[in-house]
Amino acid sequence: MELLDKLAILADAAKYDASCASSATDRRDSLKGGIGSTEGSGICHAYAPDGRCISLLKILLTNACMYDCLYCINRRSSNVQRARFTAQEVVELTLGFYRRNCIEGLFLSSGIIRTPDYTMEQVVEVARSLREDHGFRGYIHLKTIPDADPALMALAGRYADRLSINVELPSQEGLDAFAPEKDLPGIRRSMARLRLRIEEGREKGAPRFAPAGQSTQMIVGADASTDRQILGASTNLYSSYGLKRVYYSAFSPIPHASSALPPRAAPLLREHRLYQADWLLRFYGFAEEEITTGDDDNLALDMDPKLAWALAHRAAFPVDVNTAPRETLLRVPGMGVKSVGRLLVARRHRRLRLDDLARLRLSLPKVSPFVVTADHRPRFVDSPRLATALPRQLSLFA
Amino acid sequence: MPGVVLAHEVDWEGFRAAARALALGGIPPDSVVWSVRAIDDLFGSEAPPVSGEGAFRLPRALVSLAETVIQASDPQRFALLYGLVWRAFQGDRHLLEQITDPLVDRANRLAQAVRRDTHKMRAFVRFRVVNDGGEARHIAWFEPSHFIVEANASFFVRRFAGMTWSILTPYRSAHWDGAELAFTPGASRGDVPDDDRLAEYWRVYFSAIFNPARLKIGAMTSEMPRKYWKNLPEAAAIPELIAKAASRTEAMEQQTALSAPRPVLRRARAPAALPNSDLARARAEAVQCRRCPLWGPATQTVFGEGPADAAIMLVGEQPGDHEDLAGRAFVGPAGQLLDRALKEAGLDRAALYVTNAVKHFKFAPRGKRRIHVRPETGEIEACRFWLEIERAHVAPAVTIMLGATAGQAVLGRTVAVQKDRGVPLPLASGWGVLTVHPAFLLRLPDQEARAREYELFLRDLTAARTLAEAATRPISPS
Repeated sequence: MELLDKLAILADAAKYDASCASSATDRRDSLKGGIGSTEGSGICHAYAPDGRCISLLKILLTNACMYDCLYCINRRSSNVQRARFTAQEVVELTLGFYRRNCIEGLFLSSGIIRTPDYTMEQVVEVARSLREDHGFRGYIHLKTIPDADPALMALAGRYADRLSINVELPSQEGLDAFAPEKDLPGIRRSMARLRLRIEEGREKGAPRFAPAGQSTQMIVGADASTDRQILGASTNLYSSYGLKRVYYSAFSPIPHASSALPPRAAPLLREHRLYQADWLLRFYGFAEEEITTGDDDNLALDMDPKLAWALAHRAAFPVDVNTAPRETLLRVPGMGVKSVGRLLVARRHRRLRLDDLARLRLSLPKVSPFVVTADHRPRFVDSPRLATALPRQLSLFA
Repeated sequence: MPGVVLAHEVDWEGFRAAARALALGGIPPDSVVWSVRAIDDLFGSEAPPVSGEGAFRLPRALVSLAETVIQASDPQRFALLYGLVWRAFQGDRHLLEQITDPLVDRANRLAQAVRRDTHKMRAFVRFRVVNDGGEARHIAWFEPSHFIVEANASFFVRRFAGMTWSILTPYRSAHWDGAELAFTPGASRGDVPDDDRLAEYWRVYFSAIFNPARLKIGAMTSEMPRKYWKNLPEAAAIPELIAKAASRTEAMEQQTALSAPRPVLRRARAPAALPNSDLARARAEAVQCRRCPLWGPATQTVFGEGPADAAIMLVGEQPGDHEDLAGRAFVGPAGQLLDRALKEAGLDRAALYVTNAVKHFKFAPRGKRRIHVRPETGEIEACRFWLEIERAHVAPAVTIMLGATAGQAVLGRTVAVQKDRGVPLPLASGWGVLTVHPAFLLRLPDQEARAREYELFLRDLTAARTLAEAATRPISPS
């Protein structure tokens, strides 16, 4: 098979993994040899028409797999065309694209072939060759296999910036129905071991171990899991294993799918709401119970979760932007972490008016119903009409 | 009206010298005209027309903002920056903190535009490879919106220090020969060779990684505006990817409907069996324990460990964060304190059987951390099942109970640790000694109290050791 055909098959096989980050690792450059650099924040080198960034060369080593996870295009029972790269081919593609400034590095995953250890060995060999044979200083993200030998994990952590294990579904019940070989407790034990190793690696003089931490992914809308279950699982994963990110991937139809799966894509808006909720949990001081209260186990699709919270807690508003503390401002619909930071600096020097808010890049139609400024007091906070009068992001294209 | 002619578009040194002289000379911003010397005239900026006496240092934050803003293509940027310099000179302290001040806001917007352009250059420069007499040279054509090439070139040096490369742009070109960075005047797109072989590979990758069921054109163009497309080899694939997305998705959905029924699923799981008399087997079976709800959020069961014939058993409350991750009892901070105390009390941890009253970590998630939550009676009762198996098999002469939960679990009643600590308590089998949990010592805020309590803890451990020695001493004729 031609290398070009392999590339087409093994990139297609990798595209259902949403992870693309190339950030948060240590700073490196090639001034003293080798090739490549990492400088804190990653770079998105291209965007596909699905709106997803292309930062890393995201491919599978092989799409042959012993497992039979129904939602996966590469499952054993799928009749998709199979291909396999040699380690050398992946190394050359990575370096070739990197030299042309197309990528920040490599995100390598693989179907499970022969044994978990054998598969992990092949994946680690690519990373080893890049680092040791070619002095590659760019970013490497390796998908790790939960049951692989700890010695292989140690090597993976030495060469990789980030490691990840996908939980895919938030509960063992879901996995039992869709991914019979996947064992959630085993995945969690692996994440626990990774967290301990990552923390050891941060100590002075310790051997390098995945400085950009670990992440995971959950598929949304393939099984019947609710947003409450999904966010509950995320909260648990963030607190237990120090994950850098939980990615949410709206289930998307795959060729030759099982009829047990929904025939159509899950709404991308649901995925978007989960990301918004995830941000509220991590950066805005919201607790999971605050976001998913009420009778509905799923987030509202017609408004973002912060607006939904605000409309359910009218008594908390309006908020005076000239006096309110940071944590209160963070709960105002339309205010982000950065704009709140800028607002706090700006108000040290003047009493803020509406046009000051505009210069802080805040959207007045979104923010003004909830805030008091030196020249403004909202009239409609208690009005039932407020919910319909507010601008909303119904479309992701807006 | 004074006029300043700068040497080139990003003549920071020239601007700084002129601005300082103007400010010291008392020349206000609206009476200065700024311009840049024509491109074919490359020799230095004209001396500032006025020069005042004295020293004036620009605030650091302003220097750093100005170094970015000067790269903006807006011809008004010099006047804008001098406006800020003038106000700083006039004593306007914390100038840049006045984010909503119109002048500061304009400067911030320009800086933001420059930073975005810088980022896009790092993202969208695409090198093509040409072989000049065997050596590979990398050449790229890029059209920045601002004057960012000079400041941005060092990024490409750090990344591609071992390569020979040139980045050509309409106003300036940067060249790296592996040792020196050089700049030459602008070039044209025709100076860059056509795509090389790998551009085709990159297009194939770009097309294959696209998911047609998730078409979001607006999300793509907001980050990768069309103006960049003509210099991106992969962008040539975009129109067809968009045009065929709907039919490809529909075809996949049709295939789904026609596909074979779902395969039979099997899951190999150990059959549930009641623990028998073997401690190791109990340990293995406790892995699957569902006797109370604590297993759900926790990582794993943390069973006791140590010799099955240990003379002393140590019972703690429950695993903590570290123990839950490692799957072993007393390996976190409390465990380290315990190890130290055991040593000082003359006890060898390796000879003890160390376990907990409750075998799963009970916690409340708080962001990136988990906060310990005390187990309830129902959970202690549920887990007593395992503790009793451990106690029955190890049959220790002395059981050290660390804290109230351990006491409750072993004695079967609520206990007052401070009242009953350190004295031998008769158990159904052997003796019990109650003391505090080492985590209690860690929580004490003041050093003195901690030292005092540590001594009491040592005393209790020593009492337990003495008791164990008395109980296990072979009876010898004297």
